[in-house]
Amino acid sequence: MVPVIILVPAALFCLYRALVGPSIADRAIAVDMMGVVFSAITALVALQYKLSYLLDISIALAIISFVGALALAKFLEKRSLDD
Amino acid sequence: MARRFAYFIAGWIIWLLLGWTLNYQEVVAGAAVALIAAGMFGGYLPLQPRKLLNPVRWFWLLVYIPVFAWQCLKANIDVALRVLSPGLNLKPGIVKIKTNLKSDIAKVFLANSITMTPGTLTVEIKDDTLYIHWIEIRSDDPEEMAKMIKGPFEFFLKKIFD
Amino acid sequence: MISVLALIFLWLGVVFVLLGALGLARFPDLYNRMQAATKCVTLGVCGIMIGIFLRSGFNPLGIKALLAAVFILFTVPVSSHALVRGSLIAGVRLWKGTVRDDFTADRGAPSIIDNAGAGEEEK
Repeated sequence: MVPVIILVPAALFCLYRALVGPSIADRAIAVDMMGVVFSAITALVALQYKLSYLLDISIALAIISFVGALALAKFLEKRSLDD
Repeated sequence: MARRFAYFIAGWIIWLLLGWTLNYQEVVAGAAVALIAAGMFGGYLPLQPRKLLNPVRWFWLLVYIPVFAWQCLKANIDVALRVLSPGLNLKPGIVKIKTNLKSDIAKVFLANSITMTPGTLTVEIKDDTLYIHWIEIRSDDPEEMAKMIKGPFEFFLKKIFD
Repeated sequence: MISVLALIFLWLGVVFVLLGALGLARFPDLYNRMQAATKCVTLGVCGIMIGIFLRSGFNPLGIKALLAAVFILFTVPVSSHALVRGSLIAGVRLWKGTVRDDFTADRGAPSIIDNAGAGEEEK
């Protein structure tokens, strides 16, 4: 359980960047990284309680954050931003 | 057709690994899903399946993995020290280097490997030019820069994919 | 032996994820943040997944963790690459200490390096 407790501040740093980050891309990378950190947390919980189906959730989280980041990158390329 | 077949085999193996059982229902369902996926996306596979059958390439891939892991670890210690140092000693910039790899998949692997090595992040691949964001520029000479950034990767990737 | 190795991987991974996230909060501009985030978080999460695999061995849990590690290793560099490219084209400013920018120069676009004091301040 201790690794999970240490990973929570990591997710909080990402959340800070997602709230503050001056441009949209900052928020996007922060949310992307938050997804990856959450997938690590889910995997650790799965290890703790020996629940292999939680790993499916972990993989799905990684996939969703990947697709989200790609969609946002495409969006950024087509449209220039003011902030 | 060969592409679709390679895609089908790879998809089926991944399905079976995820399930980790050889129950016949699991095997049949996996084959069906892999078949549909291969029919839809197999054409996009950027590899020539003939090359997959060459054991020499697999051998070089096995050699490549520890080299990559070592570079990756070095990269992380480097960035971790930068994060912890109070002044952050940064000197970032975007530089361009040339590569002599031919196939697309090899370029993609080179770009990914460069992203994982100390202080470099690939921005764009245009034909044989790679644009790279470098966190601390240590040289101005293009040749030397290319050698520092690419490290040992290009040699191995040429053996594996080209 | 294996369990000690697993613990080493797990803790290495956790520490790297924490440092990467700290870098994400601390570096001055988007591109440097991206460096910290992609490298440290990717290797950290891969380390955690490999630790889980070593801890639980060849059962559904371990194999899925290994597959997740491979997946993250392939996708995070790609997504960061796409995001950096998109934000360079969209004109997100580079930090004021940036030395050179060949990409924008070759596109023929005006420089997007932040001039001192104008944009965001160094954190």
